[in-house]
Amino acid sequence: MTAPGEVTVLDAPVRPAVPPPPARRHRAPWALWAVALAVLLPVVVPLAAMFGRLAADAGDAGAVLWSARTARLLVQTLALTAAVTAAAAAVGVATAWLTTRTDLPGRRTWSTLAALPLVLPSYVIALTLISAFGAGGLLADVAGLDALPAASGAVGAWLALTIATYPYVHLIVSAALRKLDPAHEEAARGLGAGRWRAFRTVVLPQLRPALAAASLLVSLYTLSDFGAVSLMRFDAFTRVIYAQYQGRLDRTPAALLAAVLIVVAGVVLWAEARTRGRAAYYSRRPARPARLVSLSRPARTGALAFLTAVVGIALVLPLGTLAAWVVRGARRGDAPAIPWDAAWGSIWVSAAAAVVALVAAVPIAVLVVRYRSRASVALDRTVYGVFALPHITVALAMVFFAVTYLGPLYQGFGVLIITYAALFMPQASGAARAALEQVNPHLEEAARGLGRGPLRTIAQVTVPLIGRGLLAGAALVFLTTMKELPATLLLRPTAFDTLAVDIWQAASEGFFARAAAPALVLVAVSAAPLYLIVGRRYAA
Amino acid sequence: MKHATAWLLALAVIGAACSSSEGELTVYSGRSEDLVGPLIARFEDETGIDVSVRYAGSTELAATLLEEGGRSPADVFFAQDPASLGAVAQAGLFEPLPDSIAGAVPGGFADADGRWVGVSGRVRVMVTAAGVDGVDSVFDLTSPEWEGRLGIAPSNGSFLAFVAAMLLTDGEDATRAWLEAIAANQPQKYANNSSIVDAVIRGEVDAGLVNHYYLLRAVAEQGDVPAANHFLAPGDPGALVMPAGAGILASSDAPDAAARFVEYLLSADAQRYFAEETFEYPLRSGVPAAAGLPSLDAVAGQEVDLSDLATTLDRATELVAQTGLL
Repeated sequence: MTAPGEVTVLDAPVRPAVPPPPARRHRAPWALWAVALAVLLPVVVPLAAMFGRLAADAGDAGAVLWSARTARLLVQTLALTAAVTAAAAAVGVATAWLTTRTDLPGRRTWSTLAALPLVLPSYVIALTLISAFGAGGLLADVAGLDALPAASGAVGAWLALTIATYPYVHLIVSAALRKLDPAHEEAARGLGAGRWRAFRTVVLPQLRPALAAASLLVSLYTLSDFGAVSLMRFDAFTRVIYAQYQGRLDRTPAALLAAVLIVVAGVVLWAEARTRGRAAYYSRRPARPARLVSLSRPARTGALAFLTAVVGIALVLPLGTLAAWVVRGARRGDAPAIPWDAAWGSIWVSAAAAVVALVAAVPIAVLVVRYRSRASVALDRTVYGVFALPHITVALAMVFFAVTYLGPLYQGFGVLIITYAALFMPQASGAARAALEQVNPHLEEAARGLGRGPLRTIAQVTVPLIGRGLLAGAALVFLTTMKELPATLLLRPTAFDTLAVDIWQAASEGFFARAAAPALVLVAVSAAPLYLIVGRRYAA
Repeated sequence: MKHATAWLLALAVIGAACSSSEGELTVYSGRSEDLVGPLIARFEDETGIDVSVRYAGSTELAATLLEEGGRSPADVFFAQDPASLGAVAQAGLFEPLPDSIAGAVPGGFADADGRWVGVSGRVRVMVTAAGVDGVDSVFDLTSPEWEGRLGIAPSNGSFLAFVAAMLLTDGEDATRAWLEAIAANQPQKYANNSSIVDAVIRGEVDAGLVNHYYLLRAVAEQGDVPAANHFLAPGDPGALVMPAGAGILASSDAPDAAARFVEYLLSADAQRYFAEETFEYPLRSGVPAAAGLPSLDAVAGQEVDLSDLATTLDRATELVAQTGLL
């Protein structure tokens, strides 16, 4: 997937494929474990406590778990996941191939444009689709039509989530295509295979690991998504969990459904680990870049039309809709209300989460790379395991735990920030780890040999060497925290607003005009750092 | 690297420093910020008491209070329906209100034991699109002609309170049958009342079960709209009159400020706010309701003791969930 040292730009970093250099058999300083666990345990313990609570009053657990309703939820959720994954894979592979392997005019620009919907949270995509389509929607207004089909329910959720997730496939597959050795494909062509056959029988199988990683990401994203399915009123697990949380005096059914969803996410992860096997990954640079496929004129027209449609629906439509709402409001005389309080709230808690993640990422990366042991492997798995969990389930566990055991910290910023940091840890620790794998251990050993202690070595040698990777990781944590919705809804302190919460509250009540300004601010604030990361990546 | 980290750190520290200040009074509000935010701001201006409000659904906040028990940071629970208030009252979490507060509204709109008091009246109605005839009873909505035409908000506290009322008046079998028939008619589900009213105005559904004031608010905002409120026959569970109300938590560390807050909700000033800004029925005598509304006496006919709603609320939610609506 990613070459060592290269930083993924994804919400979900993919585990570096290169085996780490053999680690020294030293014992890790306990302080490393202390810092790493200080961020992870506050989230892992409440999860365990939630299962404990369920086991304790298992009274009607069976009735909830084995009901026809739970079965239907499961089927609907899995069907949506499969449909989104298939569509995102198809669109993402197509955009990736067209923009890396053909002589399409402006392919670099197209590639960036195709990746840009990454800055749009799923709930923003959903709200723009809802307010653009349908009778009385923005598009019908503009086109002067009476009625357009409404985007809602299963189709709406599928469309919104496909838009939200195909950029991951696009980026991962593009990276893989760039690193693919063209010799195999050329050999196939030389032996008489057509272009399509060569792609299907030679290129696609080589892309399989990248595609599997991307599909895993997309399916976990879909399983976890709360905002889009809720606004689209599609009964996936996350939506029903929240409905139960809101609508019932008894919190046990919500916790039970959350537990089921955790198990489903676990099964997906396990299945991916099983099928990934020992396939070869793209860790070597290709001997030379592949020759670009020259498209015939009709093919070029078709390709441009396709890319225009993708970028039009996934980027221009959402941003245009938001802008149109703001303009409409301004025309009616409402000055666009820029939610300063919410923007400031989003920015500072995201910064705090990024700092906490940054601080914990160093010991995690050092433990995993330099002090490889059973315990550090378990730590690594836990980091990714927590990341794979739907946020609403983690938030629910935190609520239960905090109210009973955390006293004055309950409903406090500490719980919220630690939860963010733990949820998004792999983005920081994965980046730190990828950077650390590039650092020759001799440098650190030299420092040790010159009398520095292990912790001072980390502070004075390791951290400066992996600084850039760390920072990119922290920027990612910042971005994803800005967009996070369900955990924010459940855990935010009283009277604390973020942009995500503002957008959600307005959109879930159908006040699209009021949701537009905070959504645009959110996109603008997230786009700046993402541009830095993506820009750096393309420059490399 | 150093600069950027320093920036992140500075942002985090400044933010934490600015955000640690807490109000003197913490209110859990099941009423939305849109509806009551301006009123609470007026209270702060007049009394100088700083209020932190946690906005969420009434049932969600009641469940939160039950989970928190005596550890709750809340001083006042301001709910949109008597069922949520009753649940908190039955758990023994409310401090009884002084008679001067509990007795300020007509009997039936406050808890019999004075643990909570209604502050504004809301009537369940059917909102209908232009040209669509309303029904007399919600039981008429189960007929096939309503298939796919009705909007409901099954997770909304008011809807659940209405189902809880139906359980009291018509019993479990009839309620379950009604919910199953409604579910079979494939209603459109919305998050709340205002989305239903908007959907009716947009023509997405023909009718919806809502509280009476959402349409009046839409008219105030958008002018004439192609929809109307239809009041069901008095006595029908679908014509429930529910007060929004408030109670003071026994665990409050600011009981005096809390009492002033609840008193304020019943002041002539606040009652006029409910009548003129949110189009609810003021419950204190002497304050007139919004123009164009039938009198509260004319629409109310139920025989439900509002304090009993809490006893059937969770059963109502359970039934709504079982029938797949939630």
